[in-house]
Amino acid sequence: MRRYRLRTMTDMQQRKFDPEAATPFFASRGHSGWLGLKYSEHGDDWVELELPWREDLLGEEGQRVLASGPILSLMDMASGMAIWRAMDEFSAIATLDLRVDYVRPAREGASVFGRSQCYRITRSAAFVRGLAHDGDHDDPVAHIQAVFMKIASNASVVGDE
Amino acid sequence: MSETPEIEALTPYARSLGIALHQWEDGVPVLQLAFDDTVEGRPQHYHGGATGGLLETAGYSVLRAALAKAERDAVLKPINITVQYLAAGKNRTSYAKGRITKLGRRSANITVEAWQDDRSRPIATAVMNVLMA
Repeated sequence: MRRYRLRTMTDMQQRKFDPEAATPFFASRGHSGWLGLKYSEHGDDWVELELPWREDLLGEEGQRVLASGPILSLMDMASGMAIWRAMDEFSAIATLDLRVDYVRPAREGASVFGRSQCYRITRSAAFVRGLAHDGDHDDPVAHIQAVFMKIASNASVVGDE
Repeated sequence: MSETPEIEALTPYARSLGIALHQWEDGVPVLQLAFDDTVEGRPQHYHGGATGGLLETAGYSVLRAALAKAERDAVLKPINITVQYLAAGKNRTSYAKGRITKLGRRSANITVEAWQDDRSRPIATAVMNVLMA
């Protein structure tokens, strides 16, 4: 009986905001689509996305190192999805503050994975922390910390506010 | 002549995203990024990552210009960046310009601002530390 109820709760949560189902939708257009972001993994309050290696995203001429910009975008997107996952709903949010520490270069030819966890949600803000890695999350390439603001539901999501 | 066109070369990532040189101002490059599908987050708005990429690229550009002027050769490596998002980036061209707060021997501290129609109302700012290896 108890086991049955637990499973029902989980099923309900997965129905509302499912990062695996949502990623192809987000990545079908816009900036995330241009980057080619893919779903990797998720938990109750975290989401991991994959940024596949691309030759045209290098950071310095003559060096085969991924630029830092795509990692920032990857973490921004993973963080937004972690917040929707933690809130268990898809609503308008905006990045307020994002810090990225680039602790080492990503390996040439490797996908970079961005994992972000939403550890606190208030009425108006959501706090996240995360890391980027290139295969082993115990050996990150970057750490991030960010704050997002919820956009009031009476504000227009499309067009000017 | 304070312009140093040889450092105009943007990174492959920056060119791919659509970042271009807008103009030089007293030896400092002002970059631009037109609004199109590659930068769009929620409909008709810049993705935070695209705005961040523009800020970061402007930061590297001002540093490259300063190093070229000082005839210093260095490989630039990111240490960190903190981006403040101040207003929604809307469906028009964004601009960004960096300022070197401190140019050290091994690292530089740079502040960057991005704006759209009104330069006195930035849409985002950044502080970044860059290693010069």
